[in-house]
Amino acid sequence: MLVHEFLEGSAARFPDKVALICEGRSLSFLEMEGLANRLSNALIEAGFQRQDRGAIFLESSPEAVVSIFGILKAGGVFLVINPQVKAKKIEYILNDCQVKILITDAKHLMEIREILPGCPSLQSILLADYESLEEKAIENLTIPLNSYCRALKDYPATPPPKRCIDLDLASLIYTSGSMGVPKGVMLTHLNMVSAANSIIEYLENTPDDIIINVLPLSFDYGLYQVLMALKFGGTVVLESSFLYLYKIIDLIVKEKVTGFPIVPTIAALLFKLKNLEGNDFSRLRYLTNTAQALPPKYIDQLQKIFPHTKIYSMYGLTECKRVSYLPPEELKKRPTSVGKAMPNTEVYIVDENGRKITRPGEIGELVVRGANVMAGYWNLPEETERVLGPGPIPGERVLYTGDLFKMDEEGFLYFVCRKDDILKVAGERVSPKEIENTLYELDDVLEAAVVGVEDEILGKAIKAFVVLKKSSSLKENDIIRLCSKRLESYLVPKYVEIREELPKSFHGKTAKKELG
Amino acid sequence: MDQLNKERQKDIKGILRGFISETFLPSAGLDAFADEDSFLEKGIIDSTGILELLEFIEEKFKIRVEDEEIVPDNLDSLDKLTSYIQRKVGYAGP
Repeated sequence: MLVHEFLEGSAARFPDKVALICEGRSLSFLEMEGLANRLSNALIEAGFQRQDRGAIFLESSPEAVVSIFGILKAGGVFLVINPQVKAKKIEYILNDCQVKILITDAKHLMEIREILPGCPSLQSILLADYESLEEKAIENLTIPLNSYCRALKDYPATPPPKRCIDLDLASLIYTSGSMGVPKGVMLTHLNMVSAANSIIEYLENTPDDIIINVLPLSFDYGLYQVLMALKFGGTVVLESSFLYLYKIIDLIVKEKVTGFPIVPTIAALLFKLKNLEGNDFSRLRYLTNTAQALPPKYIDQLQKIFPHTKIYSMYGLTECKRVSYLPPEELKKRPTSVGKAMPNTEVYIVDENGRKITRPGEIGELVVRGANVMAGYWNLPEETERVLGPGPIPGERVLYTGDLFKMDEEGFLYFVCRKDDILKVAGERVSPKEIENTLYELDDVLEAAVVGVEDEILGKAIKAFVVLKKSSSLKENDIIRLCSKRLESYLVPKYVEIREELPKSFHGKTAKKELG
Repeated sequence: MDQLNKERQKDIKGILRGFISETFLPSAGLDAFADEDSFLEKGIIDSTGILELLEFIEEKFKIRVEDEEIVPDNLDSLDKLTSYIQRKVGYAGP
């Protein structure tokens, strides 16, 4: 199966059902299928070849979703660039994977117009809002500008002939690499279809589901919300941000949303609202969380706001999309676990010598085996070699996640930390995660991040950065004292720094590299 | 709008611009963004930033921001934020 067949299948089964709702506009499956076909016919006519790359630089919108499918149907590889990415980085990405077609709008084009002459592979720019473009503002641009709207009008809604097999690439997802250079994760149709199938299976999605997606489409977690809903025939409510959270709450109630994917930052924002309990969330069937674990305190608070909603704690990485999920009924019993491998995926933990660990509690690197494991990093054979290692069948490759895990007696997985994050303090192996969890247990702590800092005596010393409630009167020393009541002495932070906020990455993860 | 209201509006806007520039764009200077720029689209305010902004306006202008007021129409530019606060503190009409 190919990724764009998600849409084709649903358009055949539920032609008139609403596929997408965005800012008051809605599109049926058949309308979306028609638009994607028109776009793909236009791209093919313009010389777009099988496996050419097409980049989408737009806010989350129906145009962005249609573009994804238009590129796929033309046999191409799509990449979604976060609208907040700066021009320099975009230039790097466009050149790295030799993007041939860029789909954007006038406003975003203006932000990157200076770098475009430095992107020789670009053959055409499609503007989603051609009319509003002031031509004189980009007079030096030699790359032809074309109208997305006109392409949709001028080309037929009949599907183009199939150009791909499922081993072809469907998408490149750029993630931050070491040294700040982004890496393109290569995902085949088979990778994406496999991951989508597994997730849909454990979330028990049906065509009755209505999913709200507030996460960027450049983030695999956000992207898959749309892909999966199109596959199982549900409806997606698309929002370009979760910043103004009440709008989201309002939509959840009004659109009778059944699925709400979040990251911990969204939970933190939710807790700021004053009267959440007054809303009717009875239709909300599930919440999912990934990217960073929910502190146990958050889980209790969420369950209070959404008493009828199942909460799924999940773990994954872009290189294989998703790895594991905790069945919601286990959440009370093991709130810090990310569960077991998702359907059709196998995981195991290996020690430093690559031998499988079977003893509960022992820490090692998590290895993932499944059809969802990426084909590699674009143009980076050495980096690929480092994470894709040999598996049980000769010639197959499995994913070494670089994440340290342990298992309990019943085989449930616990994230310990990134392999690179583990701190050696006075000869002991220390997991920042464990200390962060302890900090989160303190009532006044809103956010916590633990890093290692150089120390003459200890080698590395533990330093904790915390954000406290405004009302808190805790001082640095109080926090150290409270930690020493709860942690073995070698785990107690030597330094504590209270901050107004912690640096964050695009997707709301704490950017630890900027601390310390 | 009478003269008094105009001045009040200028005050509110000035206070807000000062806070936003110092807190979110410390190295960019006071004129780093236009009155009508969307905080969201320009990436001026992120998810932690919005919390700080809400706390700041509640404290500074002694208002209570209700849940249903946390929407882009009230908060997503200096202009929108200023008129929202004006409405809340009751300076808007004659």
